[in-house]
Amino acid sequence: MQKMAKKYYIFFTLPTMIAFVISFLIPFILGIYLSFTKFTTVTNSQWVGFSNYIHAFTDDRNFLNAIIFTAKFALVSVVSINIIAFALALLLTRAIKGTNIFRTVFFMPNLIGGIVLGYIWQLIINGILINFGVDITYSGTYGFWGLVVLMNWQMVGYMMIIYIAGIQSISSELIEAAEIDGASSWQILKSITIPLVMPAVTICTFLTVTNSFKLFDQNLALTAGAPARTSSMIALDIFNTFYGSMGYEGVGQAKAVMFFLVVAAIVLLQLRYSRSKETEI
Amino acid sequence: MKTRNQLRDNITFVFLFLLAVLFLTPILIVLMNSFKGRFYISDTPFALPDADTFVGLKNYTSGIAKTGFIQAFGYSLFITVFSVAAIVIFTSMTAWCITRIKSKVSTIIYYLLVASMIVPFQMVMFTMSKMANIMHLDNPIGIILIYLGFGAGLSVFIFSGFIKNIPHEIEEAATIDGCNPIQLFFLVVFPILKPISITVAILNAMWVWNDYLLPYLVIGSNYRTIPIAVQYLQGGYGSRDMGAMMAMLVLAIIPIVIFYLTLQKHIIKGVVAGAVKG
Repeated sequence: MQKMAKKYYIFFTLPTMIAFVISFLIPFILGIYLSFTKFTTVTNSQWVGFSNYIHAFTDDRNFLNAIIFTAKFALVSVVSINIIAFALALLLTRAIKGTNIFRTVFFMPNLIGGIVLGYIWQLIINGILINFGVDITYSGTYGFWGLVVLMNWQMVGYMMIIYIAGIQSISSELIEAAEIDGASSWQILKSITIPLVMPAVTICTFLTVTNSFKLFDQNLALTAGAPARTSSMIALDIFNTFYGSMGYEGVGQAKAVMFFLVVAAIVLLQLRYSRSKETEI
Repeated sequence: MKTRNQLRDNITFVFLFLLAVLFLTPILIVLMNSFKGRFYISDTPFALPDADTFVGLKNYTSGIAKTGFIQAFGYSLFITVFSVAAIVIFTSMTAWCITRIKSKVSTIIYYLLVASMIVPFQMVMFTMSKMANIMHLDNPIGIILIYLGFGAGLSVFIFSGFIKNIPHEIEEAATIDGCNPIQLFFLVVFPILKPISITVAILNAMWVWNDYLLPYLVIGSNYRTIPIAVQYLQGGYGSRDMGAMMAMLVLAIIPIVIFYLTLQKHIIKGVVAGAVKG
């Protein structure tokens, strides 16, 4: 096995690596380079140093607004999704009839694509807001809460499934012993269930944070950033910078590099945090 | 004590039941509106269709005609099936090879692929779509290669995690029996990978089927997949045909519901496995 000839090594890895290099690696490296240049197509780039990075913040407040909007959105949706999902998981791990059907229903929205989700909720939210004579594009705040509701609807069932797996892995003897010792259900929840599902909490927080930060399709379909880009998240703002007006491709690419650095920083922090947790246990 | 628990369980059941109804309501409202005339939807989305507003399947026929939905369905299905097949076959080969043969190259390949998972799509979307253009990958066959490239990170990661725990002995025995590495992989290893292949296939199928931005940028001007067809109806704000939109949303959801109800157990298991490893 270890002496597997070189030609076999190439046979096994080449198809994936060709695809990876063409569709990801070269575009990634080229993307970093182009963020320091002015260009409209890939071939006519001129070196401009950090000017694109400065312009990303100084030309208008769109990018800064998008960062603030995204951070707020991530915070609100991470908290709400995880609380609701955990509560549902607690209810669904009791022996109640119909739990399987409930799980099926709560999980289903997760499989629907972002564009379709966006238009479903646009209909519902506009249908409610029309009673007040406005629609979701009236203010960025409506767009914000619309996205929060949408995101909860989509992600709660998914996180619930992970929490259920976490809760079910707790040994029932532990809980029985606590009950015999006279612990109330609140004490059991606080001192046994919650500490023991912490790995699931870490996973769910990680997934909701990264999904919130990278959200694009739902944002595009629900409000497309309206009004005046006030409900635009980072990914949508980058898209609009690239394809909205000619001459801003370099700025768009610089924004994208910064977006990548932010996401990478979050992921690395999360990994370090969960590693340190693991060693504690 | 028992009756108190019984009461508590009943209250929980009623609560969950109402919540489940609430969860399904958005989809049911869209379904209901898909049978209403296009001018009766935006203003009164919660009203049931009546004699004046009911239009039968008119929204469906006009929506299908406007978006080219039948073709879109065909493109979505073609791209999803072949991308997923390519991802499962090629990334399992790669994962097995780099897991079994420890070398510097293997380590580099592994970390490059895993690192690509955290890069947001916006980082590479412009350069990638230009690249696809130059290399003539901007068609339903070429895009399969692009999906293989973007799917490689997560898929190799999941396969490698699984392969590490397969004992070497089986493969050694097969080698002694005269298998070359290609026979060894396809006749011995690949069948062992079946459960994890299902997970990888489901995760990638959900991603590719629902993906909007990548196909929009790479092939969107000539070939519309379902999400592109739905977004295409948006048009200018206010001028769009809400009836057709509702019908297209329903048609976009139906395949997903069928897929989900037939493979539910695998899907939930796969999604959890993918989450825990990702």
